[in-house]
Amino acid sequence: MQKKFSSDRYDPLSTERDALSRRTFIKGVIAAGTVAGAAGLMTGCSGGDSSGGGAGSVERLVTINVNGKDRPVDVMPNETLAHTLRNKLGLTGTKLGCDRASCGACTVMIDGVTTYSCSTLTHMVRNKKIVTVEGVGGPNGELHPVQQAMIEELAPQCGYCTPGQVVSGVALLQRNPSPTRDEVRHALSGNLCRCGAYNNYINAIVKAAGRA
Amino acid sequence: MKDMMPNFNLVQPTDLASAISLLTDAGENGWAIAGGHDSLDWFKDRIKRPTTVVDLTGIDSLKGIRETADGGVEIGALTTLTEVELNPIIKEKFGLLSSAAGRVASPQIRNKGTIGGNVSQDARCWYYRSGLDCYRAGGNTCYSDTPEGMNREHCLFGASRCVAVSPSDTAAALVSLDASMVIQNSSGEKVVAATDFFIGPAIDIENMTILKPGDVLTAIRIPATWAGAEFYFEKVADRNSWDFPLVNIAAAIKMNGSTIEDIRITCGAVECVPKRLNVVEDIVRGSERNEDTANLGAGAAARGAVPLNYNHFKIPLMEGLVRKAIRG
Repeated sequence: MQKKFSSDRYDPLSTERDALSRRTFIKGVIAAGTVAGAAGLMTGCSGGDSSGGGAGSVERLVTINVNGKDRPVDVMPNETLAHTLRNKLGLTGTKLGCDRASCGACTVMIDGVTTYSCSTLTHMVRNKKIVTVEGVGGPNGELHPVQQAMIEELAPQCGYCTPGQVVSGVALLQRNPSPTRDEVRHALSGNLCRCGAYNNYINAIVKAAGRA
Repeated sequence: MKDMMPNFNLVQPTDLASAISLLTDAGENGWAIAGGHDSLDWFKDRIKRPTTVVDLTGIDSLKGIRETADGGVEIGALTTLTEVELNPIIKEKFGLLSSAAGRVASPQIRNKGTIGGNVSQDARCWYYRSGLDCYRAGGNTCYSDTPEGMNREHCLFGASRCVAVSPSDTAAALVSLDASMVIQNSSGEKVVAATDFFIGPAIDIENMTILKPGDVLTAIRIPATWAGAEFYFEKVADRNSWDFPLVNIAAAIKMNGSTIEDIRITCGAVECVPKRLNVVEDIVRGSERNEDTANLGAGAAARGAVPLNYNHFKIPLMEGLVRKAIRG
């Protein structure tokens, strides 16, 4: 496999290059933790007291419950949940858009309630149950009805806001299995879509509600 | 790189006394965090750099909504805006606050943002927020109130060097409901009226509220005075979600037949504090509730306004909202 990427044999038109997509590459890096030097740049956490909090501060080695699994992880006091999920647990389905609670791409469920993970300190949700977009489907990778309906309704265009839209839609159907169109609009009002595919997203959730 | 803020000590007390002691010890370097939407923005932009951040969310005594003996309610400061919006007691007795809480920001922010945080959030003037050395940041200039400054969202009243406005939706409702704020610190508890809790730049240009380092807003009390009155809340903003108000209005009206027996009207986002419109109240109190009364009240609503270069539109907007609120 390695040889395929050596310069003399690399064929830019080959479909085999898909074997190593950008996504799997990044995930591989996160899982292996191999680029220690670059990680400081990527996460920007090199400055200041690298050992974390001082006296009286929170314990850094914690276990958080994500998608039904207890995940042990080393969390800095100033670390957001979005950062922990993406850069430490490899759950890159949760996106970072604005990093300021103003776009909704990072939406996750915390104890069943939608929250912006970019504006939540991981230490503040240690004892809660977190569900990300990776956790809404079935145990064998089946799509959630909301995801299936979004495909059918051509909801995602660029797709960047989609994980957040999925989580908001799933959370809505969990507390209200048969919402009106207005209730769907209200539930999705914290998720920006710069492609403007709002109607498609709303159509999808109304459709998914009919099936659930 | 933008997504990591400078480091700090995070402490998570589970009782109020410990939190107050930690915040008192930390003084100016301490910071109380609850929902975190205001706090983390400051930290990420590296404008506020506290060394000790005290997470209040583990303190259960600051959560929940209780009916009080006098028929009012006491709302723990850590109660989320969604809980305030959906609470059956608040909906039934103080629907004004329920409506206001439901119009704050977006669902995700309301799910985690607290009412205590909503009323104590800092000014939203973007010059101040971007870290410029303006009056509010301890400097000696205002970047907004200049010929070129962008001040469409800024104040009509009470400018004193700073022209920032009260950004809160619930604050206007709480002032109209005669609410009071319960504050605790190392020397005990004090209860202040909502109208005294919010302060303008003439009193303290660097703070929007009377909260000092070491103070914790623990609860908000609403007396029975306006329970079950007729309410009107409306928020006008550029976007229906997320946005802060350009002007909001919160009115409580007690009727006697077709006559306005008593009334409270408060506008947000027109002054550094929620602006209670006493003059309008005095004009319409005792009158029939009709179009003429509404027009009389509206005519006095923006009396004394001193608009900036780009916010003249707030005057007719305010008058229109007052007219709608009185007309019902």
